[in-house]
Amino acid sequence: MLRYLILIPLGLFLVLVAFLAIGLTRDPREVPSPLINKAAPTFRLPQLQEPNKTFSAEDMRGKVWVLNVWASWCISCRDEHPLLIEYAKTGAVPIYGLNWKDRREDALDWLGELGDPYVASAVDIDGRVAIDYGVYGAPETYLIDQAGVIRHKHIGPVTPDAWTKEFLPLFQQLNREGAAK
Amino acid sequence: MKRALERGRLARMLQRGRSRTVRASRPRSVLLLFLLLVFVVPAALAQVRRPEPVKGDAALEERLHKLSQELRCLVCQNETLADSRADLAEDLRDEIREQMKAGKSDKEIIAFLTDRYGQFILYKPQVTPTTYLLWFGPFLLLLAGLAVLFYYIKQRRDLIAEQPLTSDERKRAEEMLRSVSGKETA
Repeated sequence: MLRYLILIPLGLFLVLVAFLAIGLTRDPREVPSPLINKAAPTFRLPQLQEPNKTFSAEDMRGKVWVLNVWASWCISCRDEHPLLIEYAKTGAVPIYGLNWKDRREDALDWLGELGDPYVASAVDIDGRVAIDYGVYGAPETYLIDQAGVIRHKHIGPVTPDAWTKEFLPLFQQLNREGAAK
Repeated sequence: MKRALERGRLARMLQRGRSRTVRASRPRSVLLLFLLLVFVVPAALAQVRRPEPVKGDAALEERLHKLSQELRCLVCQNETLADSRADLAEDLRDEIREQMKAGKSDKEIIAFLTDRYGQFILYKPQVTPTTYLLWFGPFLLLLAGLAVLFYYIKQRRDLIAEQPLTSDERKRAEEMLRSVSGKETA
């Protein structure tokens, strides 16, 4: 009996190694959002192109849509941008932008130079709405359903892989559910 | 008296030492300057960067500092919200400051933040079913260690306990001894 007890430390060590090995494969920058399956925080913000018009999450009730947090100062957003334009062209999902802590002229220049994938962009100058959405770095992308519930959050640039494997299937499923109702 | 004497001797010794090292003083001063540059200057610079502009009320700032030291900056994850110079950290400090001014308690503010950023923002995780192992695991390990120790000591005591010989064994032992001593004397 005592002879086998000697193996306990080895066993514990192996368990520790297994945990650490799993930990190494995970990205600490991807903080899981507590907002998944919760109501998207409400906001009403001026639009980027037409400052006297506002955009609100409430306006989107009954539709499945994507909210993409971006800024002209954000380097990864530049990487992501051509892909967003491509996704927007397919017309699968309406993409709206949340222009985060940016200058209006810079943001407009940026869209003028690189193209505009957004149906509309809301301007969040002081970053208050971004805090409500738990944004801690751009780009971040949310998929919001007909009832205004956040169903998915993607941190970092939306890769083709993330788009086809995460966003599109969920979007199709939500649309099917919406049609069934 | 004795101490004063010793001090005098020490001073003299030091002086002698100094006069002897006069020639070596230039390289040493270069070294001193180097050390100053390497250690003192960056520290001084770092200190210049640290403090944040105090906005108004000192007690509130103190409270903000204390609370934000327990919060993680999500941009530079190994820094506290109090120390971080990241834009987001500044925004969050402003948010907390405003909520404090509005009379919110620390608890309410922490709830506000965890609702948006999750438990990850807390350096000190809350006690919830998912963190039971984290909080109580060490005590579990302690108990396990005590159990092993207890078991080991008990076994050891059984092993070293004196067991009186039965009369049969005593007879055999005596025979053995006799035969051995018999051989030796022979």
